[in-house]
Amino acid sequence: MCVTGEESVSFKNPFDATTPLRTGGCRCGHHASQADHDSEMRSRDERLTRVVQSAVVRAIFPHDAARRAFLATVGTSTAIAAIASVFPLATATEVFAQSAAPEKKDLKIGFIPITCATPIIMAKPLGFYEKQGLNVDVIKTAGWAVIRDKTINKEYDAAHMLAPMPLAISMGIGSNPVPYAMPAVENINGQAITLSMKHKDRRDPKDWKGFKLAVPFDYSMHNYLLRYYLAEAGLDPDTDVQIRSVPPPEMVANLRADNIDGFLGPDPFNQRAVYDGVGFIHILSKELWDGHPCCAFAASKEFITTLPNTYAALLRAVIEATAFASKAENRKQIASAVAPANYLNQPEIVLEQILTGTYADGLGQIKKDANRVDFDPFPWHSFAVWILTQMKRWGQIKGEVDYKSIAEQVYLATDTARLMKDAGLVPPTATTKTFSVMGKVFDPSTPEEYISGFKIKRT
Amino acid sequence: MDLSLRFKAHIVTLLVLVALLLAWQLAVGGRGSVVKMDPEYAKLMGANATQGKSAMPGPLEVGTKLWQLLSDPFYDRGPNDKGIGIQLAYSVARVSLGYLLAALVAIPLGFLIGMSPLMNRALDPFIQVLKPISPLAWMPLALYTIKDSSLSAIFVIFICSLWPMLINTAFGVSTVRKDWINVAKTLELSPGRTARSVILPAAAPTILTGMRISIGIAWLVIVAAEMLVGGTGIGYFVWNEWNNLSITNVINSILLIGLVGMILDQLMGRIQRAVSYAE
Repeated sequence: MCVTGEESVSFKNPFDATTPLRTGGCRCGHHASQADHDSEMRSRDERLTRVVQSAVVRAIFPHDAARRAFLATVGTSTAIAAIASVFPLATATEVFAQSAAPEKKDLKIGFIPITCATPIIMAKPLGFYEKQGLNVDVIKTAGWAVIRDKTINKEYDAAHMLAPMPLAISMGIGSNPVPYAMPAVENINGQAITLSMKHKDRRDPKDWKGFKLAVPFDYSMHNYLLRYYLAEAGLDPDTDVQIRSVPPPEMVANLRADNIDGFLGPDPFNQRAVYDGVGFIHILSKELWDGHPCCAFAASKEFITTLPNTYAALLRAVIEATAFASKAENRKQIASAVAPANYLNQPEIVLEQILTGTYADGLGQIKKDANRVDFDPFPWHSFAVWILTQMKRWGQIKGEVDYKSIAEQVYLATDTARLMKDAGLVPPTATTKTFSVMGKVFDPSTPEEYISGFKIKRT
Repeated sequence: MDLSLRFKAHIVTLLVLVALLLAWQLAVGGRGSVVKMDPEYAKLMGANATQGKSAMPGPLEVGTKLWQLLSDPFYDRGPNDKGIGIQLAYSVARVSLGYLLAALVAIPLGFLIGMSPLMNRALDPFIQVLKPISPLAWMPLALYTIKDSSLSAIFVIFICSLWPMLINTAFGVSTVRKDWINVAKTLELSPGRTARSVILPAAAPTILTGMRISIGIAWLVIVAAEMLVGGTGIGYFVWNEWNNLSITNVINSILLIGLVGMILDQLMGRIQRAVSYAE
């Protein structure tokens, strides 16, 4: 079991052939060999360099196995030299790291008070925005539809959104189509299925027929993961159970009032249900798909193109904050920074349990899982493709879907693509990876086959 | 006699209050069953789970919290955490603005409808269809077209305060005694002058009744509107405390919303008494 935190995948040295791959298994097996790299990466510039290199190397070798084989054959230093000869790594890094004065200093960023928003929120009290010369107000917002409308209205310059939302907005499902971009994922993992105490002996999802379950939004990872989980157990999520869209804070109250049997929701509300003694944590979303994205940092294409320096500064701040949050030793400090009423407005002990991963499960056990929630900014295109396959699987989108191009337009695989274009460089193509959800491997290059492989679907 | 009746009424009010508070305290005072827990585990749990404390706070708890809120009503710790005084001020400001805008539209329009049977008939279908729409149903449309959440909230207040004022003004104007209008005609007053110096004072009590109904509705609606759009205001405060599952503060805000609503209503009542007349 993972008990020590480690840097997220985008912050790792892309030239290290021994770095464990994200998919499958525990990430902590190579901790000893990682220690010297960790110390290298203390400085911020190093980390930026690494993010850029990571994007470039992954672009050139989109398949992990191929990259690995290449690195193993020629050796790391040769690899760097070889890539630098065809691709100016140093320039790309400089472009990304240069700090031209932002065009607009006073910004408003909307967030929903859940722990997924941690990097966006903590960047304010811990001074990450300030460091980039920005004066950001983070504004708490009442719900996903409101945050969408306020961002479309330009009341917010950027916002915390659910990872599927920028895709949905760009395609115009659930709202008018507005070109949206998602330059960074905020958190990975960090959700859970929480059930009412009365179901503590019904842990097998096969017995859940007739359950009323809640998810935060139709276009959310929560909805897709819950549907996936139920369908794997042989339940049809549309006919065998009732899935409702309920704002997260009301999930706990509804659980107490016995209106719902459980929910797949964001923290802090899973832990809050435990804290208030009304529910228990059935399973962490991490156990369904380790490393799944959940929430994202999103902005309109217009903001990105009209205020490029502001946007770059903002993104730098968010990436910095995400890097800081990905380290286990910083988690306690973060918990106390985001607990006050101005931010998450939750008891500190609840947030600490979520962020450190040492938590009460509601059934009398203390569990430890340092990666219960983790933070990694890299917006893999394959994440977007997976989300699109689920939208199609459940009938939210119909007909032909151009998975690849939508994913590429919306999920800016690190902002480098745009910044490189500005500097006259060739931006990297899509960065994809395969991963598995509940043991079933997903290959982003064959989305239609993936969908037709499911027994329960709406297509 | 009158004094003793009032005195008796006060006593009864007080007794009812005490009885209610006692019943409340008794209802929430009981402890639920508690499962024995490992102390390490108990540290991670809330009082509801460890001590079987009721999720509903008692009057004492609510009172203490209310005192805390009221003793520092104007603090400002960032955009999402402001004192209760500031939140109430935001709400009152939004209500006043939307309400005044509505009055500016409703009263002249009401005069037009009341004075002209043609306009009365012509505009009636619109009023009949638009009047019963829940003001909050306008919210998504407002957000979409106005593209500003604060203005949308004000628009919702505007639209909900409009109808009672409009209908009452039209009614008040059309039922002004014909004798008085005839007198104005005999004196050869211009229609504008007739409206100002004869119809307005005569219809004022009915208009004010409409305005009093409107302010009540506006105050009801602002709380819901602010819960939807968030940001500032007492509605946002309720939502934010709900988000924290703090029932104590939700109860306190309910109390304060009630108090402010009463004050607004009393104000309109004063003005209404000032313009009323005996025939």
